[in-house]
Amino acid sequence: MPIRINGTEAELPADPRVSLLDLLRETLNLPGTKKGCNQGACGACTVLVDGERILSCLALAVQYEGRDVVTIEGLTGEGGLHPLQKAFIEHDGLQCGYCTPGQICSALGLFAEVARGAPSGVTADLSAETVVLTHDELRERMSGNLCRCGAHNGIVAAIAETYAAGRAA
Amino acid sequence: MTPFSYARARDTTEAVQLGAQDRAKYLGGGTNLVDLMRETVERPAALVDVTGLSSLIAESDDGGLLIGAAAKNAAVAEHHAVRRRYPMLAQAILAGASAQIRNMATVGGNILQRTRCTYFYDDGSRCNKRAPGEGCDALDGFNRIHAVLGASSACVATHPSDMCVALAALDATVHLQGPSGVRIVPLKDFHTLPGAHPEIETVLQAGELITAVALPPPSVKARSAYRKVRDRASYAFALVSIAAVLEIEEGAVKDVRLALGGVAAKPWRASKAEAALRGGPATEQAFLAAAEAELADAAPLHENGFKVELAKRTMVAVLSGLAGDVGPAGDLA
Repeated sequence: MPIRINGTEAELPADPRVSLLDLLRETLNLPGTKKGCNQGACGACTVLVDGERILSCLALAVQYEGRDVVTIEGLTGEGGLHPLQKAFIEHDGLQCGYCTPGQICSALGLFAEVARGAPSGVTADLSAETVVLTHDELRERMSGNLCRCGAHNGIVAAIAETYAAGRAA
Repeated sequence: MTPFSYARARDTTEAVQLGAQDRAKYLGGGTNLVDLMRETVERPAALVDVTGLSSLIAESDDGGLLIGAAAKNAAVAEHHAVRRRYPMLAQAILAGASAQIRNMATVGGNILQRTRCTYFYDDGSRCNKRAPGEGCDALDGFNRIHAVLGASSACVATHPSDMCVALAALDATVHLQGPSGVRIVPLKDFHTLPGAHPEIETVLQAGELITAVALPPPSVKARSAYRKVRDRASYAFALVSIAAVLEIEEGAVKDVRLALGGVAAKPWRASKAEAALRGGPATEQAFLAAAEAELADAAPLHENGFKVELAKRTMVAVLSGLAGDVGPAGDLA
């Protein structure tokens, strides 16, 4: 059983040492997902697997047989930007842009977690069924994605605005 | 990374069979093992993927909770029975790592994660855990993050888990299956202190696999909290952490269970502090005396003496918070 990347089936590598990140970048010509630290500390390699955010640098590709992977290249169809991508541009949520694909995939995973009421490390009432995505909640939930340029305020603003727009829709 | 074979186990029996191969390792989410393999600290010849085994979280017959070892950290923290009945466990898990890592990491893998001692990772340094008998460069090196309790002249590394500290205070047990059958070990006895053999970190025997973690029924009258002190507010390992369960009746401590993280090679069950508190008054003075008793044997290194005072103050703060009228335990996180 192969692996699905942005809706297209791909073969798994014969060598089990190949990470999901290297499969994307080196074999499938999908360099949007970035290799930052390659040790699970920075979040630049974040992708969505079956809708959940994970670190593709620490994932052996063979472990993800049959799974559905979405990368920054797969967020929209031909051309066009995802609303969150537009918000990152509008809010200056980047300078060099290297962490941006990971930030965006991470935020989309965050939206799904919030939608189903998953708590975070700053959630005061763990028994609450719903999550209010406050500034502190958003920052805590995005703490796995570092930005060396220091664009965090723009990043938080872009995510908050996109989340609010999605809620209003 | 050195070459290895990869196989996905379909059930526990097959996993244990595959785990009997020469230099085999069980693979969970890979968040620690893959990293260590890339650094060539770990060099398994065979990986047995156990992420397809039981991840079920279900109430057990005794009113407790049974958590399959393949359950993701995020799934445990999000589970309603955990949030409602064992909120301290959810707090501890959510205090660790990042959302992405919690989505990958399994319960079994969290228990078996290895130290974050920088000398263990750096093969240009001497490390008795990585290369037994070689020596320890942490003893006279940068040892701000290292152990103050239960260490030895061979190793001063700490266990990095938050989840395990909560499990130790909750009297959790670890279910194992290996070539010679199944057995159950209390979490507080699962990890070992370094002594002369820091390369041995748990009581696991060759080929044994963690299949589940069991929690006894929680006391309905007890309050609990997990507090983590670290260099930054999120996504950092603990300098010191405290997991506490406290039950007070008529101003006296009826029951107390305490565990410390970041201070030893294992989640440190504070049995001296517990003994000092049990049956006595639930006052700040008593909490401080208990903390002093627990840390009396602390042996700090040249850079981590602050941990002794930090552990005492954090213990007093957490117990005082639980004893006071502070609302649900979640408010303390």
